[in-house]
Amino acid sequence: MNFITTIGLEVHIELNTKSKIFSPSPDEYGDEANNNTNVIDWGYPGVLPTTNKQVVADGITAALALHSKVNRHPHFDRKNYFYPDNPKAYQITQHDIPDAQGGYVTIHTGGKTKKITLTEMHIEEDAGKNTHGIKYSYVDLNRQGAPLIEIVSDPVISSPQEAYDYLETLRQIILFSGISDVKMEEGSMRADVNISVRPIGQKKLNNRIEMKNVNSFNYVKRGLEYEEKRQRQILMAGGTIQAQTRRFNENTGKTTLMRTKENADDYRYFPEPDLPSLDISDEWINELRDELPEMPSKRKHHYVDDLGLSSYDANVLTQTKQMSDFFDQMIKDGADAKMASNYLQGNVSAYLNSNQIELKDTKITPKNLTTLINLVKKGTISTKMAKKVFKAVTNGVEPNQFVKKHGMVQLSDPSQLKPIVDNVLTSNPQSVDDFHNGKDRAKGFLVGQVMKKTRGKANPQMVSKLLSEALNK
Amino acid sequence: MNYLNKNMTGVHKQLMNGDITSEELTKQTLDNIKKTDTKLNAFIDLNDSKALDDSKAVDQKGIDASSLLSGMPIAIKDNILTKDLKTTAASKMLSNFTPIFDATVVKKLAAAGAINVGKTNMDEFAMGSSTEHSVFGPTHNPWNLNKVPGGSSGGSAAAVASGEIIAALGSDTGGSIRQPAAFNGIVGMKPTYGRVSRWGLIAFGSSFDQIGSLTRNVYDNASILNVIAGHDKHDLTSSDKAVPDYTQNIKKGVKGLKIALPEEYLSDGTDKNVKDAILKAAETYKKLGATVEKVSLPHTKYGVAAYYILASSEASSNLQRYDGIRYGYRSKDANNLAELYVKSRSEGFGDEVKRRIMLGTFSLSAGAFDAYFKKAAKVRTLILDDFKKVFDHYDMIMAPTTSTPAFDLGSKTSDPVSMYMNDVLTIPVNMAGLPGMSIPAGFSDGMPIGMQLIGRPFDEGTMYQAGYAFEQNTDFHKHFPKIGGAK
Repeated sequence: MNFITTIGLEVHIELNTKSKIFSPSPDEYGDEANNNTNVIDWGYPGVLPTTNKQVVADGITAALALHSKVNRHPHFDRKNYFYPDNPKAYQITQHDIPDAQGGYVTIHTGGKTKKITLTEMHIEEDAGKNTHGIKYSYVDLNRQGAPLIEIVSDPVISSPQEAYDYLETLRQIILFSGISDVKMEEGSMRADVNISVRPIGQKKLNNRIEMKNVNSFNYVKRGLEYEEKRQRQILMAGGTIQAQTRRFNENTGKTTLMRTKENADDYRYFPEPDLPSLDISDEWINELRDELPEMPSKRKHHYVDDLGLSSYDANVLTQTKQMSDFFDQMIKDGADAKMASNYLQGNVSAYLNSNQIELKDTKITPKNLTTLINLVKKGTISTKMAKKVFKAVTNGVEPNQFVKKHGMVQLSDPSQLKPIVDNVLTSNPQSVDDFHNGKDRAKGFLVGQVMKKTRGKANPQMVSKLLSEALNK
Repeated sequence: MNYLNKNMTGVHKQLMNGDITSEELTKQTLDNIKKTDTKLNAFIDLNDSKALDDSKAVDQKGIDASSLLSGMPIAIKDNILTKDLKTTAASKMLSNFTPIFDATVVKKLAAAGAINVGKTNMDEFAMGSSTEHSVFGPTHNPWNLNKVPGGSSGGSAAAVASGEIIAALGSDTGGSIRQPAAFNGIVGMKPTYGRVSRWGLIAFGSSFDQIGSLTRNVYDNASILNVIAGHDKHDLTSSDKAVPDYTQNIKKGVKGLKIALPEEYLSDGTDKNVKDAILKAAETYKKLGATVEKVSLPHTKYGVAAYYILASSEASSNLQRYDGIRYGYRSKDANNLAELYVKSRSEGFGDEVKRRIMLGTFSLSAGAFDAYFKKAAKVRTLILDDFKKVFDHYDMIMAPTTSTPAFDLGSKTSDPVSMYMNDVLTIPVNMAGLPGMSIPAGFSDGMPIGMQLIGRPFDEGTMYQAGYAFEQNTDFHKHFPKIGGAK
């Protein structure tokens, strides 16, 4: 028997706004428990939510980045359930009229291009966090009310690898749109995963299995692989698939039953009466569209078609928005594209890796790095000198000043170099003879002598050129 | 000191003239409440020492000539948050709950110089029409201690009617200001939904709830709305429409005013004496130069059923936060999380609250949502359309506030539906978010009858104008209950 796999993903992404979605508390949750909370986050009697406009703007930005249709009057709804990390016992979300509908993500998977279409996306609040001690359980509400965007794909993903590629691409788009840092380790991107397997030829989908809150792309892939296999085996043995919610165990690589559909929660959705429908104007959408950063796919095309980079280089440079923005600024500042690309992938990446920091947290600026590259290109300094200058650049020092201060200017002027070359030739007749007798290595020795006399400042290419001219006379 | 013969303008004059200080007034007010309230039980908690401190502070600053409320003692319904003063919603669930902030209305009143002397009794979480559903026991009607004061703002109404206080805040979700105002022969205004901030009001039915005041006369009521109305950045459902001075045109009369009298509000279910009082009031208005014509609001009869589904649905969600985890009552013998929830809520809520939580939870459940909540929401739209059609041709609606005068204590507690039907004439106003006001319009066997004026959205001004004109030409507001000791 051969099978078709159908996968749909609901991805939750934590937005990076300053304050929470419905309260003015700071949207930070690494701090001491319950520090970043107020009466609204506690679900205190008598409080009312107020909508953070930036969250709505970010929702629109995401919709635009994903080619979705923005709803002009989205409305919030209440999703009711009891849990200690959910102080109002309801979550404010969008159920009936979400932020946006439709849209797609273009992914490259298995050597092909595929459009993953989207059902809808909406904004909602996150819950707090429970921790369980021996005698007590503890509730930290710092994360309560943190703004989330949920992006729901159509059930059009047909393999675990495709799901993985979709998540990677989606992550990159969100990162470039600037609305989230998408830090996986902080759980700022999580997925609810649905998978249904059926034999080829069967039209109707079999019951689906849901895995909730999977917080790593790898776990998503491994969980789906396990489920695909498990469901195929059931079908091959003549069994039927029960609708279930299952949990992926990252230690065993297996999924285990959480609950069956009969025990599913009834969330009793209804319109949130404390918040009027939003009113989103065309002007606002247009404004956000104008501010929308260029997406990675577009940047890649630009790098390859206009700047002449290889598609490998273009891919590497667009891994993060920071790197790509940095590169773009260098080009604007007058850097050579290939040299800038090499520098970023070489020296800069090595520096970031060895110091375990992000580009934005360094003192390296596009301007200084461009100046450095141009000094090398013009031959003002040697590649060897450039290494020292780069170190200075990482400390925020301006390259021209550094070079001047340390007398690092490369000797490239023939009128200055010629007398030194002549002097070296006169002092080393043996080597000159060797050269004429066909020993090419002798030339290297002579170059070395010039370098020594100039204490390394001579431009090696120029020295080599002058020597050749003199020796071949 | 009681306020039976007083109005705010007069008391303000006394304060301004130095005939009495705010501190003296506050002390005498508190003394009288302590004496009278043994019979009425209108107050849950008094603000003794803080009220005296506040009044002293006003005296020291000097009475503000531009604020009628400067140094004026008032009372607050106990579902409105008062900082450092217990706010219980008359529930065991919150019987020890002391808020850490003031509701917006409380802040505004304090800024105007008003002195909060205490918190008034009510039906638990404002769910009821008799103030019998209070964990602190029922409030009695000052006109007849064996009758209910109405509800849920029964404490506020009884306190004002008995002269314990000159004005009190209430809240109205389905009639909770107007019905007790009618039962106690005083003035009670439920403003347009969105006119007054709900920040700090313990939520019952969020799309219906509105804070307003209960006063001894129309002018005082308009003066208080001047202070509490307006946009609040904490409440996105509050309107940013400018707040007019509601007293400015209050004396203009009703000449040329087109008043509608809906037939459905004078049906056979309405007590004959009540009907007669309203028809007589219509004659009074005609004499004063208004036109009064009968109209139809055909969907009125569906109001109660739809309201109890919608308001209970919202309540079931609003009251979920009382789960024993963070504040409020927590059961002592729970062994796990599920038990903590079930026991805290089973022990902390009274029967009427539980009844509505169950009704609301059911109405929102997956299998019932379309047939109940959604259908009721459609009825709500039809009721709103009924009113819109009438207001295309009329400036105001007049009707009875309740079908009958106050009923006997205990007579309806075992029959919830008959209790719910008590709000049949007030509920449609909340369904449509309109302003509604009850003013004294007669007596039936010694018990007051209330007339309800219903206005266009944000047209409280016209209602005050019409209410004032009626008051000036009748003397129902000059009768006092015996409890206050007056004749």
